[in-house]
Amino acid sequence: MKPTDTADPRHYHRVVDCQWGCPAHTNVPEYIRLIANGHYTESYLLNRKSNVFPGILGRTCDRPCEPVCRRVRLDGEPVAICRLKRVAADLRDDITGHLPAIPQRKNGRRIACVGAGAASLTVANDLLPLGYEVTIFEKLARPGGLMWTNIPEFRLPARVLWEEIDQILDMGVDLRLNAPVDSLAALLEEDYDAVFIGSGAPKGKELKLPGRWDSEQVHIGIDWLESVRFGHVTECGERVLVIGVGNTAMDCCRTAQRLGAKKVRVMARKTKPYFKASPWELDDAIEEQVEILENHSPSRFIVEEGRLVAMEFDRVTWSPGDDGRLRATVHDTRVIECDEVILAIGQDTAFPWIERDIGIDFNRWEMPVVDKATFMTSRAGVFVGGDAAWGPENIIWAVEHGHQAAISIHAYCEDRPLTDRPPEGMNLVSQKMGLHEWSYSNDYDEAERVKMRHVDLQERFRRLDIEVEEGFDIEQTLTEVERCLNCDIQTHFEANLCIECDACIDICPLDCLTIARNGPEEDLTRRLTAPLLNYPEEPLFISEELPQTGRIMVKDEDLCVHCGLCAERCPTAAWDMRKSDLLVPYAGLGAGESHPTLLSLAMAGAAGEAAAASGAER
Amino acid sequence: MSHIRKPRVHHPGLARNRLGLTRRDYEGAMSTLCAGCGHDSITAAIIEAFWELEIAPHEVAKTSGIGCSGKTPTYFLKEAHGFNGVHGRMPSITTGAHAANRDLVCIGVSGDGDSLSIGMGQFAHVVRRNVDMLYIIENNGVYGLTKGQFSASADVGSKAKRGQVNREHPIDSVLLALNLGAGFVARSFSGDKEQLVPILKAGLRHRGFALIDVISPCVTFNDHHGSTKSYQYTRDHYNRLVYADFVPPAHEIAATYESGDARTVKLHDGSAITFRKVPGDYDPTDRDRVYGYIRERQRSGEVATGLLYVEPALEDGGNASDFHGIQGTVPEPLTECAFEDLCPGADALAKLQGRFR
Repeated sequence: MKPTDTADPRHYHRVVDCQWGCPAHTNVPEYIRLIANGHYTESYLLNRKSNVFPGILGRTCDRPCEPVCRRVRLDGEPVAICRLKRVAADLRDDITGHLPAIPQRKNGRRIACVGAGAASLTVANDLLPLGYEVTIFEKLARPGGLMWTNIPEFRLPARVLWEEIDQILDMGVDLRLNAPVDSLAALLEEDYDAVFIGSGAPKGKELKLPGRWDSEQVHIGIDWLESVRFGHVTECGERVLVIGVGNTAMDCCRTAQRLGAKKVRVMARKTKPYFKASPWELDDAIEEQVEILENHSPSRFIVEEGRLVAMEFDRVTWSPGDDGRLRATVHDTRVIECDEVILAIGQDTAFPWIERDIGIDFNRWEMPVVDKATFMTSRAGVFVGGDAAWGPENIIWAVEHGHQAAISIHAYCEDRPLTDRPPEGMNLVSQKMGLHEWSYSNDYDEAERVKMRHVDLQERFRRLDIEVEEGFDIEQTLTEVERCLNCDIQTHFEANLCIECDACIDICPLDCLTIARNGPEEDLTRRLTAPLLNYPEEPLFISEELPQTGRIMVKDEDLCVHCGLCAERCPTAAWDMRKSDLLVPYAGLGAGESHPTLLSLAMAGAAGEAAAASGAER
Repeated sequence: MSHIRKPRVHHPGLARNRLGLTRRDYEGAMSTLCAGCGHDSITAAIIEAFWELEIAPHEVAKTSGIGCSGKTPTYFLKEAHGFNGVHGRMPSITTGAHAANRDLVCIGVSGDGDSLSIGMGQFAHVVRRNVDMLYIIENNGVYGLTKGQFSASADVGSKAKRGQVNREHPIDSVLLALNLGAGFVARSFSGDKEQLVPILKAGLRHRGFALIDVISPCVTFNDHHGSTKSYQYTRDHYNRLVYADFVPPAHEIAATYESGDARTVKLHDGSAITFRKVPGDYDPTDRDRVYGYIRERQRSGEVATGLLYVEPALEDGGNASDFHGIQGTVPEPLTECAFEDLCPGADALAKLQGRFR
């Protein structure tokens, strides 16, 4: 097999599973180490650079990082990455001085964003420091998009939401509230250099069954949550059925609990393995005594004299058909009495306001065709990101779309080709501090994942805005940070130094290492010290030929706990522990660059004044 | 010295032997030897061999003398019996242990300094007595623990780290053991576990004295240019003279060898060693020819390795010439003998003394 090019940032990036799994490539191990050292502000700022909304995401992120966390493969439970992010947000100092300074003199470019959600706010966050003028059009009375309308306050306190949104708005966004865009053609007529569409997926899916429109008691989940958020809905019936088992359904059923419902049931067509909701959101709903009924396929609404009294379901079981797809067998029907039904079976994008004759191609699902890399539509200068681009995802994806779209918009405005994406970079620095001392906590900590404490069940139902999760205290935090394996502290190998003493192979607790004759992939991968479990998703490191015998060093990156013992037992420092810092480019910022902040400018200014003063004295 | 222990977390696919133990269960304490020491590789090979042979750690007695090698039994089989004796006296201690309990699997780890200088007399006599043990010499040509003076196994012309050249003739433990009548003589290299592990297994299963001299480079004091016990020198002059596979009892001897290419020697417990790729005129059961062959390879500058000599078992599987056979000891461990048998009383003592009057 060919030697691995470790100078290519992608190899070591892949080893950092959480960062690889995060759409925005948040540098998780580094921010966890900063928390461990009590540097909460620095940790928050590191987060903010990539994911923009650490406080919000520390409570609401869908955590693509956690299922891929190496800890899952070792002891079954990921590091509580998401909730540690919240620790940084909770304990940080004021960061005003650390935010990018916004130039007084603008660059003359004007950008319009449609929808004031995570994607548009990220575009504004990235472009304002470059001197752009950004206008955001929002149809509702408040910004935030789904972060505001659809995430209940018992999960995301309003002060956290507004603080992080204000950080961006205060950079000088021209925010137009209650300003729905009815015609993209008209918007394009105005004097904007580019338009970004971050209008989300605001249309809840319908359940077109008999009786659907015969009463006032059937609601679309996301619309209902929005009404609750704006205070238009303040109570609900005693018996509530929520149709669907996604994360929106979880928010709906828990909200209903707080609005006075006595019996809330979530109706699922299939069984638990097929539920769309994240496992932790399911757990939280179950903790609040929401009942989840499996294998109930809705068949009709039963309405008597204009009032919904019940719903009828087919009770089904599922078995795979000839094509492998599951098919339902109906056994009997069941009528479940209810006072209200909330439909949470998915949501769609909606573009009635985009004319079909202005050069933007639409696909057969009535969605604009968007380039996966540049985020531009078939009409130059019109970009799409967030849920509006390819349907519902989650906040962290919207943020990453915003970053990429901002890079494209910047290139577009500067007349550079959009397809030339700025390359990622990498810093690789040895962490050796002494003969057998490293700059990080290298021992494997067997602690179990810390459990989040929740507000008492009775207490939390008193009001809608009591945050259920209490956050980690210091002791919980210090336990949880030690579970992180520091996957970014890489085992870096220099083949020319190796004397093949086998010390690293003997000491490796996970049998990751092999010295063997090289060979074709299917042959070499069968001759390793321990069998491969997750190859090729988890990469192999293949060294150059070793000087003494011409064999090669192979490392299976899958289960390495980054304990550094290979490097400690290596007599020639052929193995070294090096921190790989992935340098991610942003709009106007090459890999590793950052904007001047108010604080850095102030300090430079003070230094300049001091120098001038001392010069004058002489 | 590492400040952390080897984490107990292990590969989920780690195999268990019939005792339900993983290889990790055969480990000992964290090594405090220099990073890259050949001894640590030998330790790893010993762990592998015991695990593969499915020997319960508590049935093992591990003994050693003084020196870097003397520390190594701490690093394997933490549940085994252990004794770290005085310099060069490991053979006596092992002899005593085995005399008292022949059910113990005895492994003694020594070094070239421990065995070939201060312990030379002990070494010679434990070979003569044919004590049922595996005797490992971790051979690096220097006294590592006292900063790298030449040991008795250093070759003429070998250079020390600071440039001095050794002029004294080396003692070769393999030739010595062949001369003294050892029934199992091997040489291997810490950097070649593929060869070392099967030899260790065969040595543990051989009934009687088994010597394995393992070239084990001292990374700190004897791994430089001019040394004849460095990783580089050993690899450059390495000759795997014979390939030996260990075949446990009740296993079919693989028929994959070309006829005439392989030769099987039975051990006392029914297991066997299959030699392959043996040079045409080499006979691993002919002591004199083996001796001559090794001398010849040495003269041509090669380090001849492999299971060089093994005495075939008698027809009945026994070994009348081993320590217990010669001494006529009781078969059961002394701890299981009745008190009256072990201490027959004042009358018996008086009777015995009477015989000498």
